[in-house]
Amino acid sequence: MSLLSYLINGISLGSVYAIIALGYTMVYGIARMLNFAHGDVIMVGGYAALTMMLSYNANPLVAVLAAIVVCTVLGIVIEAVAYRPLREAASPLAVLITAIGVSYLLQNVVLLVFGPNPKSFQSVIPFPDLKLADGALNISAETIVTIASCIVIMIVLTTFINKTKAGQAMLAVSEDKGAAQLMGINVNGTIALTFAIGSGLAAVAGVLLCSSYPSLSPYTGSMPGIKAFVAAVFGGIGSIPGAMIGGIILGIIEILGKAYVSSQLADAIVFAVLIIVLLVKPTGLLGKKIQEKV
Amino acid sequence: MAAMLEVKNLGISFGGLRAVNNFDIKIEKGQLYGLIGPNGAGKTTVFNLLTGVYRPDTGSVVLDGTNITGKKTIEINKAGIARTFQNIRLFGQLSVLDNVKAGLHNHHSYSALAGIFRLPSYRRVEREMDERAMELLHVFELDEDVNTLASNLPYGKQRKLEIARALATDPKLLLLDEPAAGMNPNETQALMDMIRFVRDHFDMTILLIEHDMRLVSGICEELSVLNFGEILAQGKTADVLNNPQVITAYLGE
Amino acid sequence: MKKNTNFKSNMITYAMVIAAFAIVQVLRTTGHLSSLMTGLLVPLCVYVILAVSLNLVVGISGELSLGHAGFMCVGAFVGALFTKCTKETITLVPLRFFLAVLLAAAVAAVFGILIGIPVLRLKGDYLAIVTLAFGEIIKNVINVFYIGRDSNGFHVSMKDQFSLGMEADGVILLGGPQGINGISKDSSFLFGIILVLITLFIVLNLIDSRDGRAIKAIRDNRIAAESIGISITKYKLMAFTVSAALAGVAGALYSHNLATLQASKFNFNTSILALVFVVLGGIGNIRGSVIAAVLLTALPELLRGLADYRMLIYAIVLIVMMLFNWAPKALEWRERYLGRFFRKSAKEGE
Repeated sequence: MSLLSYLINGISLGSVYAIIALGYTMVYGIARMLNFAHGDVIMVGGYAALTMMLSYNANPLVAVLAAIVVCTVLGIVIEAVAYRPLREAASPLAVLITAIGVSYLLQNVVLLVFGPNPKSFQSVIPFPDLKLADGALNISAETIVTIASCIVIMIVLTTFINKTKAGQAMLAVSEDKGAAQLMGINVNGTIALTFAIGSGLAAVAGVLLCSSYPSLSPYTGSMPGIKAFVAAVFGGIGSIPGAMIGGIILGIIEILGKAYVSSQLADAIVFAVLIIVLLVKPTGLLGKKIQEKV
Repeated sequence: MAAMLEVKNLGISFGGLRAVNNFDIKIEKGQLYGLIGPNGAGKTTVFNLLTGVYRPDTGSVVLDGTNITGKKTIEINKAGIARTFQNIRLFGQLSVLDNVKAGLHNHHSYSALAGIFRLPSYRRVEREMDERAMELLHVFELDEDVNTLASNLPYGKQRKLEIARALATDPKLLLLDEPAAGMNPNETQALMDMIRFVRDHFDMTILLIEHDMRLVSGICEELSVLNFGEILAQGKTADVLNNPQVITAYLGE
Repeated sequence: MKKNTNFKSNMITYAMVIAAFAIVQVLRTTGHLSSLMTGLLVPLCVYVILAVSLNLVVGISGELSLGHAGFMCVGAFVGALFTKCTKETITLVPLRFFLAVLLAAAVAAVFGILIGIPVLRLKGDYLAIVTLAFGEIIKNVINVFYIGRDSNGFHVSMKDQFSLGMEADGVILLGGPQGINGISKDSSFLFGIILVLITLFIVLNLIDSRDGRAIKAIRDNRIAAESIGISITKYKLMAFTVSAALAGVAGALYSHNLATLQASKFNFNTSILALVFVVLGGIGNIRGSVIAAVLLTALPELLRGLADYRMLIYAIVLIVMMLFNWAPKALEWRERYLGRFFRKSAKEGE
């Protein structure tokens, strides 16, 4: 039974990673940049929801929606102000460092506004836990909602990309910016939309993460951000199902590692698995192999 | 006389597509040999097979009596094949001089420690390299540009620098992939003289891919025509160029 | 010719470091240096060495490493352990310190080779993420190591200090997450400057040699480099290993400036910090790395008067500087209005 409950917890944590990783992977696919500030957007989402609930007594659902709006706007602003001017820069490292600057900026703004002490987060999920097998297996409502959200997001996102014009434009831009521009696609608009969606997802991930692990500080986002980045690479960066699979596998490894090996070494195990996967499949599980033309 | 390069039954497929098939070629020492054919015929693929960028599925490659089939690029270069690239591949952030000195890498050596501590061997070998590189650059009339970054050179000079760098590795066989691409008729004329000079002065065997028929008929002694990955015609330049099959392949039905 | 301009440029870099040292010494003896700045002198040297070593990988070899703090961590712990073990046997501080640094560099180099061999097969962002992963693994693993010594010799455990099974006279050298305590503060600003100069000497001379040329050739065009017989693996590994060794030196210098040392200090943020120095100083520009490391390490301290706002300002300065230095539009604007000044300084920076 304990293995089963660890597995379920792993899938739940993995679902959060997967939702964050989706944002990473979409942004990477389209803008070819590692957005290191993505993890901090999660944290901002958490604070936005918390503020709505504590200061405005908002209903949890409203709080979540508010967090999504805040993060979406934040994502669009960050892209327009900090990343877009550097899109044609001589080195891809320029935008990476700027993203790190944005990450510091978000952390420190939140630090000034909310203070350095962790805030306890009140779960947004109003359901009771699910008890199975005469109470031997206890699945928290947060777990169920997290996993369900992940599945819904995956389905909606895949449909959006494959069936809508905007989604097709995203694929076109990620394939070839120049050609997409010539076909009359608004490249700037499409990239902004990608950041908006990715950041909106980050807000959802932030709220779900804080509901399961109810402590929120200005640095809450960084480690899940890095883990999700690892998940995205693990699954094959740029691939949406890859991000999903990568996230969930990562979550399971982390929880099982904590339970059966050592809680201090769990992260090391996660990273070790990533290294092994990349050495066997250098572009991740579902990544495309690109051969340089001679 | 023994052949400098003897290739038999060379072939490779990419995902079911037979890119090069049953490719035979024999080049004598000191020959200027041309490889022509329509776009997409597989000419550059042949170069990539000869230089170890791709491993052939079938066939053998013998260079000056040594079997080099399936060897890695680095070993093939050490065995004596150097090349240029259709889309120029220089070391853009290095000076013209350093591009050629990079080519001299395996012939003039000192240890990393000698380099860091500026031991006498460093000074001696660097001086040798400078002298040798300047000789080569002089041949290609690049003496004035030694300190220019390679990426800042005009196009024609970049092509020449690539040849100089290839020669710096002291090859037995030089492969030139469309050396005249993007050059005007005057530049092409000068390039033809230069290629001939390289052959005579360095005692070089040269295989070149080219679309410019003036260059091909002007300097190549023998030709192979490649079409859809297979050899269509082979032999003395004049004979091949008058071959009706070749004319059809180029001009279409 | 080119040789001379390189030589001149290198001499300027060395002169800059020595001049900075002289000025600081004068300020110190005349009592014009605040205790805050004095405390910052060794860390400044640490970050200069770290930035220069990372620039060898990022700028000269052209690979993005996000795990440099891992090598620094190895060097810091190896050096500190050595000093702790030899405190009684080697009493001459400079000798003990430089032996510790040497050992730290050697062990970090071994890690560089072991990690470099698998990692350097990957390319681009995948290589970056794997270096990040290795950096985190090193930190996490050191965090669970316990080493003790008693009359029977050394004891190692990965569980806790009681599992070491030591005699009563046993001393804990490395205590898991608590790290190392009571490190002798062997480092000094003078030693730091000497190590900076040695690092610069190694890196600048390596870059301007046959091997450096091969490393840069591979960076500029891998396929062409192979075609002229340059071994990709050998030279990528050489750059990576030398860089790891120097990061180890930075680590040893760092740990000998602290009383206690914990592995958690060498996290992802430290690796990123080094990368920020490299990119802001100019990718591949060694002197730029030195200047950027000094300015950006000193900046938060200089802003200390602004208390809570200092890291905020740091972040804004970082973003604005990146936009100003790299955005094509900003470069165009600079060219138009400040053209002469910047073109001149850019040339000198080469």
